[in-house]
Amino acid sequence: MNNLLSIHTVRFVVLILLQVLLFSNINFMGYINPYPYVLFIFLFPVKNNRMVFILISFLLGLFIDMFLDSGGIHAAAAVTIAFIRPAALKFSFGAVYDHQAVKFNNVDFGQRVTYISILTIIHHFILFSLEIFNFSKILLVLQNTLFSSIFTIILCLLISIIFSGSNKK
Amino acid sequence: MQQIVNFILRNKTFLLFALLLFISVILTIQSHSYHRSRFINSANFLSGGVYNTSNTVSDYFGLKEQNELLQEENNILKSILFNAEKNIDSSFIDSLNFKNHYKFTTARVHRNSYSKTNNILLLNKGKNDSIKQDFGVVSSKGIIGIIEKTNANNATVLSILNTTSSISAQLKKTNHFGSLKWDGLSPNNIQLSEIPKIAPVALGDTIVTSGRSSIFPKDIPVGIISNFKLDTAENYYEIEISLFNDMTNIEHVYIIENKDAKHIKNLLDKNE
Repeated sequence: MNNLLSIHTVRFVVLILLQVLLFSNINFMGYINPYPYVLFIFLFPVKNNRMVFILISFLLGLFIDMFLDSGGIHAAAAVTIAFIRPAALKFSFGAVYDHQAVKFNNVDFGQRVTYISILTIIHHFILFSLEIFNFSKILLVLQNTLFSSIFTIILCLLISIIFSGSNKK
Repeated sequence: MQQIVNFILRNKTFLLFALLLFISVILTIQSHSYHRSRFINSANFLSGGVYNTSNTVSDYFGLKEQNELLQEENNILKSILFNAEKNIDSSFIDSLNFKNHYKFTTARVHRNSYSKTNNILLLNKGKNDSIKQDFGVVSSKGIIGIIEKTNANNATVLSILNTTSSISAQLKKTNHFGSLKWDGLSPNNIQLSEIPKIAPVALGDTIVTSGRSSIFPKDIPVGIISNFKLDTAENYYEIEISLFNDMTNIEHVYIIENKDAKHIKNLLDKNE
C-alpha cells in the first residue's frame, strides 16, 4: 500500500512538471498542445474512495491552472472526468469492471483505447469551452478539441504502454 | 432533519463534485474579466521558482537570436545618440529638468504563451524591483502588454494577445485613435476598432500607442495596417494590424512606469 501511495505521489508530481515545462510549450501548428497529465486520473486505482479521488483530481487541475495561468479550467475539466470515470470504466471494460478487477496493465488494448478516448475527449471539450468561453466560437472549440485530443490520446497510450512494460518485471 | 442528513450522506460524492466544479467555474469566470482578483496565478513562490529554474537552462537556446536583437537595438540607440549631439548647445545645462516622466526597468520573459485566447507572460522582476500593477511592458520592437499580478520576484503580464484587454492606439500620421483588441486567431495579427470613417487609412500605415491612457507613453510602435474595412454601421473602420513584434519569440523586455499615473488618475477622478 505504501509502495502504491509513493508511486502515485511521484506520478502526480512528474506529470505536472512534464505538463508545464514540456507539453504546454509544444504548440504544434501554432496552437495544438497535448494534455497528458490526465493520465494520472485514468490510472488511479479503481477500488479507491471516490471522494478522495475527486478531491485529488481537483488539486491536480488546480496546480496545472496555477502554472498555466488559466483560471480554473483544468480544475473543472479534471474534476468532471473524475466524477464520470466509473461510467466510462463500465462502458469500456464491461463485466471486468463489475467484478472490481480492472488492472490497467493487462486489459485488452482496444478497451484501453476506448476508455482513454472517451475521457480525453470529454476533458478537452470542457477545457476548451471554458477557455474560449464564447458560444459563437463553438467551431474553434470543436477544432481545438479534436486536434488536441488526438495528440493527447496517442501520447497517453504511448506513455502507458512504455511504463506498464517496465512494471511487469 | 434526519432526512436532510441522509440525503447529504447518500449524495456526498455528487455534492463534493458539484462544489469543486462550482469553485473552478468561479475561478474561470474571474480569469475572463479584466483585472479581477485572481487567486490562482503563476506569480507565486512555487510556480515562479519552478519557472526560474527551468529558465536558467532554456535561456541558452535562444542566446544567439536575442543577442542579435539587442545589438540591433543598440545600433538604433547609438544612431539617435550621436545624431542628436550635434544639436545640443553644450554651454546650456538645464538644471531644472530633473524629473523624468517614465522609468524603465529591464526584465526577462520566463514563460510565454501565444496559443490560447488569454495569453499571459511571466517576468523575472516583481515587487522587490518596485514593479506594480498597470505598468506597461514593451520590447525593442514594440508593445507587449500590461503588468497584471506581482509577487516578490515575479510578475505576470496580460499580453496584447488577450481577448479581455484593450489598449488605446492611433495612426502615426494623424491623431485618430481607437482601441486594440485581439480576436484570438493569429498571434501575428491584432485588430484596431473605433477609428472614425473620416481618418485617412491606407494599407501599410504605421500604428502607434496613443498615450491617452496613463500606462504607455505616446509613439510606441504597434504594427502596420495589413487590411481594413468599414464596420456594419459604416461609421468606423475595422483595421487588421500585423505586429512588429514576433510575439512567439520574446526574451528581453522593458517595463515602463509612468511616474505621473497617480496624479493623472486623481485629476480625472475629480472631473467625473
